Amino acid sequence: MSRTWVTPGGVHPPENKHQSVTLPIGQLPIPEKLVIPLSQHIGAPATPCVEMGQQVLKGQVIAQAVGMVSIPMHAPSSGTISAIEHRPIAHASGMLAPCIEITTDGADTWIEHQGISDYEHIAPRKLLEMVGNAGISGMGGAGFPSAVKLNPGRQRPIDTLIVNATECEPYITADDSAIRERAGEIIEGIKILSAILDHPTNIMIGIEDNKPEAIAALAPHVEGSGISVVVFPTKYPSGGEKQLIYILTGKELPAGKLPADEGMVCINIGTTYAIKRAVIDGEPLISRVTTVTGDAVGTPRNYDTLIGTPVRHLLEHNQFDEQAGGRVVMGGPMMGFTLPSADVPIVKTTNCILAPSYAEIPDDDPAQPCIRCGMCAEACPVSLLPQQLFWYAQAEEHDRLEAHNLFDCIECGACSYVCPSNIPLVQYYRAAKGDIRQAREEKVKSDHARDRFEFHKERIEQAEREKEVKRAARREATQQAKADHLAATANGSAVSSAAPSAPATPTGAVPSSSAADIIAAAQARAAAKQASPEDQRAKLERTIASAEQRLKMAEEKLAEAVDSDSGKQDKLSAAVENTRQKLEQSKSKLAELAE
Amino acid sequence: MAFKQVSSPHAHAAQNTSQVMKLVLLATIPGLAALTWQFGWGSFINVVLASVTAVVCEAAIVKMRGRSISFYLGDYSAVVTAVLLGLALPPLAPWWVVVVGTVFSIVVAKQLYGGLGYNPFNPAMVGYVVLLISFPIQMTTWVAPLALLPAGAAHPGLIESLQIVFAGYSPADGVTGATPLDVFKHSSGLLVDQVYDREPLFNQAMFAGAGWEWVNLGFLLGGIILLSQRIFTWHGPVGMLGALALMSILFWDSGSSSSPGSPLMHLFSGASMMGAFFILTDPVSSAVSNRGRLIFGALIGVLVYVIRAWGNYPDAVAFAVLLANFAAPFIDNYTLPRTYGHTDRRRATEKEED
Repeated sequence: MSRTWVTPGGVHPPENKHQSVTLPIGQLPIPEKLVIPLSQHIGAPATPCVEMGQQVLKGQVIAQAVGMVSIPMHAPSSGTISAIEHRPIAHASGMLAPCIEITTDGADTWIEHQGISDYEHIAPRKLLEMVGNAGISGMGGAGFPSAVKLNPGRQRPIDTLIVNATECEPYITADDSAIRERAGEIIEGIKILSAILDHPTNIMIGIEDNKPEAIAALAPHVEGSGISVVVFPTKYPSGGEKQLIYILTGKELPAGKLPADEGMVCINIGTTYAIKRAVIDGEPLISRVTTVTGDAVGTPRNYDTLIGTPVRHLLEHNQFDEQAGGRVVMGGPMMGFTLPSADVPIVKTTNCILAPSYAEIPDDDPAQPCIRCGMCAEACPVSLLPQQLFWYAQAEEHDRLEAHNLFDCIECGACSYVCPSNIPLVQYYRAAKGDIRQAREEKVKSDHARDRFEFHKERIEQAEREKEVKRAARREATQQAKADHLAATANGSAVSSAAPSAPATPTGAVPSSSAADIIAAAQARAAAKQASPEDQRAKLERTIASAEQRLKMAEEKLAEAVDSDSGKQDKLSAAVENTRQKLEQSKSKLAELAE
Repeated sequence: MAFKQVSSPHAHAAQNTSQVMKLVLLATIPGLAALTWQFGWGSFINVVLASVTAVVCEAAIVKMRGRSISFYLGDYSAVVTAVLLGLALPPLAPWWVVVVGTVFSIVVAKQLYGGLGYNPFNPAMVGYVVLLISFPIQMTTWVAPLALLPAGAAHPGLIESLQIVFAGYSPADGVTGATPLDVFKHSSGLLVDQVYDREPLFNQAMFAGAGWEWVNLGFLLGGIILLSQRIFTWHGPVGMLGALALMSILFWDSGSSSSPGSPLMHLFSGASMMGAFFILTDPVSSAVSNRGRLIFGALIGVLVYVIRAWGNYPDAVAFAVLLANFAAPFIDNYTLPRTYGHTDRRRATEKEED
């Protein structure tokens, strides 16, 4: 027998599994209505491809996958599409989500379908496509699309395939009974998986020692197949992916990594059965084994349940006594969530409907103060300090929570289970995780806003700086011009004799477009042709004189405006510039004329 | 059909805090029995008197805070504090010593800090230290153990004990005496062997002081019961007893006249076993992780020895525990366990220092 490793912590709640395995897996009559949620998996919800009133056959695609991480949905039985709308679904929050409702016709007529038997000679890519098209998502836990999981980009080859048959939650026997009755098909499914993954060297079925019948049922089928059945002591939560990987390989999955990063794939044993049905029989995933148990139901047992069957249908066929208990749980007593009503449908991940009596699971006592007894830390399977997390969660100290590895909490509930003060610890952690995620999102948003604001400020400042440079240049040019003018007047020379020096004014300091120069020159030439040189000269001299007068006034105004720092600076400096250019034009014309 | 909405997990272990406290109370019985056998009715009266006082104080404060009295008294934590204080106080101490200590423990050290779960210091030890500093004479007068009573004399009976405690009667001659730790504190100039030969406290004893060794064995037994019931882990007690043993071996000095006493005497005298299994295991005021509790316990062991050997007080568990209570948050900062999938343990304040 293979060596196994022991995880820290863990608890041994009463198993209560015997009640539901006295009878074989049963069949229920087809419910009148089936409600198929479009999102039963992790990833993008499927998009409906049927219309109201349309007839559908059993196994027909009713909603298509969208994008890479998604799966299609199929009609679990034949009938008519009677609604495409939001309905309550199996979610802890009791939220509504898009669903397709089928009113069944009772004929249960299959659509034409065909599988393949020689999967060994089919390209893994083709097999993966079949798994994806069959709408298979993980049936043990979160419901991750299997085709995506089995095709992990192949950064490194998969050398270990772990099949999770742990079923560590009390009460649930869906996998146990499926193995007892369908061991052959399950092993067939594992062989298909092996073919898809290019035959990993290590194929292990991890199973707890509280399922001797299932272990015995697997034994003849695995003989000589290279698949090993690894049995280890029962302890909750051995069935968590990370825990099972450690138990079977002694390796810890590094924080933030996926099993595929470490060359491993971990898949639920119920999913392997669905893969067998998809590949060999060509049947999509439209039913699963679900345990109906608890003292509030008359006959606890497992059913092969159509996806979309309302919980009410299961309960009513099991003599559910509503007065006996207060809650109905989807999943097990450790991690399952209470249903808001019996109208929600069974989905691909529903392994159990637990209807406990008050005697089995009484209402919670009020919480007593935490005394940091540390029993929770002893029970924690990932070596956290739940008592510290609780205090920091109450105080909303997010930094401390993250330093105490809150996000490594798998929410198994072992801490709350042992807590003598009956504190709902997991609820505090869920809330704290939500708060931290929200705070992170808000921080990203506010960082964006701050970046935008700072960029905007920087842009404004940049523009201001550029303007300032231009302004300074203009001021300098003006002063230069003034100085030249003063010098010219002081020398007592006539305007005409000063004319040749005009081009010496620092036109270069003022950027003026060459196009404007060309136009101005052309206009000047045209004007020159029209009037006699004397007239022109006299006119130009007048123009220059008045322009100089205007320039002087404008500059004075500008200086005032600069001193008083009024908003008119820009306008005024533009006016000064304008006047000065005109003056220069006139001067240069005069110079031309003089030549 | 509308169902009740409850968050997971739905299953709970049967144990609750009241049961934990009751188990701790039960586990003190061997120690209390040994005290009563070896030192008379004094400790029993202390325990009862302290418990009544504690319940009254707790009820009064809980009422003042507008909380449910039955809910908060139902956790038995006040009684546990009172019983531990009563066991620690000298038998036949005047009633007002017990009452003052208990009131201080419950009202100041526990309730003023916010009640159960919020006290940074061990309430029983706060009460004890307040008494030790305020009333040193009453607090250092111990009853002589059974073996050392004068021939023909006996410990006062229950009625007589009540008269001594409540009416201030003086106990008969020879009923009070020194403790083994007192003896070593004042035995300068004698070799350890000589002390063992001459002192009736030792020559009447098996290995660690007449009477006291039985009391410590009683608390050791109670501690082992709690350990086997997984009320606490071994880390704190082993840390303290290990450090105490190590220190007393290191400074044993071959039993010279300056030796502070043998390892066995230190482990089985004074409040060693009671401290290791009933005082430092108070989870509220100790470090939280297993490694933290090991260090916390070891710190107490070292401090107990240092104060016993070189300090002014013959015993030191109360001071050592309170000093370690101060250090607990600091120890916690550096003793986080390594979480699954992480290569290193982290520090509690890591993110705040970024």
